[in-house]
Amino acid sequence: MLEPAMDAIAILIDWFPYLLSGIAFTLALVLASLGLGVLFGLPMALGQVYGTRIVRFLVAVYVWFFRGLPVLVLLFLFYFGIFPALNLDLPAFVVAIVVLGLRGAAYQSQIFRGAIQSISEGQMIAARSLGMSRMQGIRTIILPQAVRIALPGWSNEYPNVLTDTAVCYAIGVMELLTRTSQIVSQTYVTMPIYLAAAGIYILMNYSGMKALHILENRVAIPGFGPQKGDTHAR
Amino acid sequence: MHDDDYILKVEGISKSYGQIKVLDSVSFNVRKGETKVFIGPSGTGKSTLLRCINQLTEPEEGRVWLNGEEVTHSGSRINAFRQKMGMVFQNFYLFDHLTAVRNVEIALIKVRGMNPKAAREKALAELRQVGMEDWANHYPAELSGGQAQRVSIARALAMDPDVMLFDEPTSALDPELTREVLEVIKKLARDGMTMLVVTHEMGFATSVANEILFMEGGRIAEQGSPEELLNDPRFSRTKQFIGQFREYDRGA
Amino acid sequence: METMLFISDILLPALLEGLVITLQLIVAAAPFGFLLGIGIAVGRTYGGRATEFACKAFVTFIKGCPLLLLLFMLYFGLPSVGISFSPFVAAVIGFICCNAAYNSEYIRGALLSVKEGQMIAAQALGMTRTQAIRFIILPQALRRAIPGITNEFIYLIKYSSLAYMLTVIELAGAGKIVATKYFTYTETFLFVGLLYLGLVTITTVTADAIEKKYAVPGAMGR
Repeated sequence: MLEPAMDAIAILIDWFPYLLSGIAFTLALVLASLGLGVLFGLPMALGQVYGTRIVRFLVAVYVWFFRGLPVLVLLFLFYFGIFPALNLDLPAFVVAIVVLGLRGAAYQSQIFRGAIQSISEGQMIAARSLGMSRMQGIRTIILPQAVRIALPGWSNEYPNVLTDTAVCYAIGVMELLTRTSQIVSQTYVTMPIYLAAAGIYILMNYSGMKALHILENRVAIPGFGPQKGDTHAR
Repeated sequence: MHDDDYILKVEGISKSYGQIKVLDSVSFNVRKGETKVFIGPSGTGKSTLLRCINQLTEPEEGRVWLNGEEVTHSGSRINAFRQKMGMVFQNFYLFDHLTAVRNVEIALIKVRGMNPKAAREKALAELRQVGMEDWANHYPAELSGGQAQRVSIARALAMDPDVMLFDEPTSALDPELTREVLEVIKKLARDGMTMLVVTHEMGFATSVANEILFMEGGRIAEQGSPEELLNDPRFSRTKQFIGQFREYDRGA
Repeated sequence: METMLFISDILLPALLEGLVITLQLIVAAAPFGFLLGIGIAVGRTYGGRATEFACKAFVTFIKGCPLLLLLFMLYFGLPSVGISFSPFVAAVIGFICCNAAYNSEYIRGALLSVKEGQMIAAQALGMTRTQAIRFIILPQALRRAIPGITNEFIYLIKYSSLAYMLTVIELAGAGKIVATKYFTYTETFLFVGLLYLGLVTITTVTADAIEKKYAVPGAMGR
């Protein structure tokens, strides 16, 4: 029992730098997904709440499509289908960033939309009564509140996005799971390596959530926004 | 000692929450068909006492007998005893996902193993008793407080209890709804049901009680018939307490 | 015209075969994921300290570990300790674990939201704790958990595609094979996507109907 464990530890030490760069890829995918999610998701949410009928319809279709398809199918569609058809020869990593970003935007837009809609009408009325334009009202009054309200829900996207990045294995992105399976196929040590990888994912999950909670507390305004315990929205 | 006369015997019940002694060696006996009413300031352990009797709260000391059988330390048989001690709560505690009639029949079916058809008949009969038959298929959220409390009384009665325990049955109700619930309890008293009632309704207490027990500081401070407590100069604490209440007694 | 023929004669038959496997995966996993989810939720809420710890550890592991990694463990990892599953069974076990872990979170939240008096009243009528949980607490909690469970079922539909990574030729896999052979990636995966969207939409509609059917005034907690 002891000897295989020692072997596994030796292998893990040997391959640690290799795994470490896998972690970097995984983190990059997570950050891209969350970042692009905000970048596109927030305007989409605004469009869905304040936009014309056509804008609202287009956003709804976009969300329906990107939330309804499995990540695997989206990756295949873009990696093998759409980008080559456009004569774009993109590396798998870039395709993964685009796909996870587009998908993140679909999910996160709905979190932001909920937050915007939860802000009372009086806020906009008060803004307009001060002579603000609609855009000014949105930018200076509605959005700062909405972002704070959305933050806990948005934080909950992190663990989902993190575990989703592993699917990028399917198109050969050199992230943590791809490298894990390469180590397995080269060393023929299976379970210990898999468990170590699981441990790394769980640790990343835990520390990421901790960091996000710190961020939440930083931007919190006393007596404003949702309280703790808004747990596992997925 | 005519032990056999007593349907319920309570002996030396004590209960503390942390440093606070809520019940301090409380003892009393109940004869069949008797109604005992517990009164006294809030926080003197009246509700805890009722819960200690059917072991929803476990007392640290003391024993309880029902029909000569010990209820305390009865292990898994406690569930059989609880069926025989119907309980009515301040906040009704109707099962929110079940209609009125399902509330009344569920324990008959699941606990007593009665067949569903017979249980339904019995449940409807109990609802008729409390004037709620027409509301049988309504959910708790669709009932007024008084109606909900009447259903919860029917639910307890359906188990054919030997004793009914009422824990401030009207405290959560508006005055106009209080009356309909008190009428039901009075009728039960007339029909010879054995009852322990915790209440703040003094008029009701004096009209329905065979004995009033005035509790203070976790003990029975004074006890006697309503006439004694109201007229006998020895019972000064009770009269003082009732006096405070008189001013806003709703005279039910 | 050629495209039409490709779709009707080659693509659709292949995808339908894959769809059947996808449905088999879902039908095999969902009931157990539901029941195990209830078990874990009840264990965490009403179990002893050891049960509670075990259930919590399971949920933390499953939620933190990517599903694909879990599938690899089940299929490629376990044979090293003498346990072998077919690809289909390994996938279903992984899906059950994942579905159960997330379901248990929704059900646990719903259990905790049932008012304390419900348990007290049930016990006062002579019900045992187990009877009270089964007949009074769970029926209320499960109603409140319907939206969450539905959500998880939709996730199950989508992540069932990962079975292809264990060589189960389900819908996504069937699409991949046709697309590679005929070099029709975009059309094929759009079709595959539409079928998934169809499944998701059917689920949403059915779940709404279920929620309406079991709706109880004032007992839905929202």
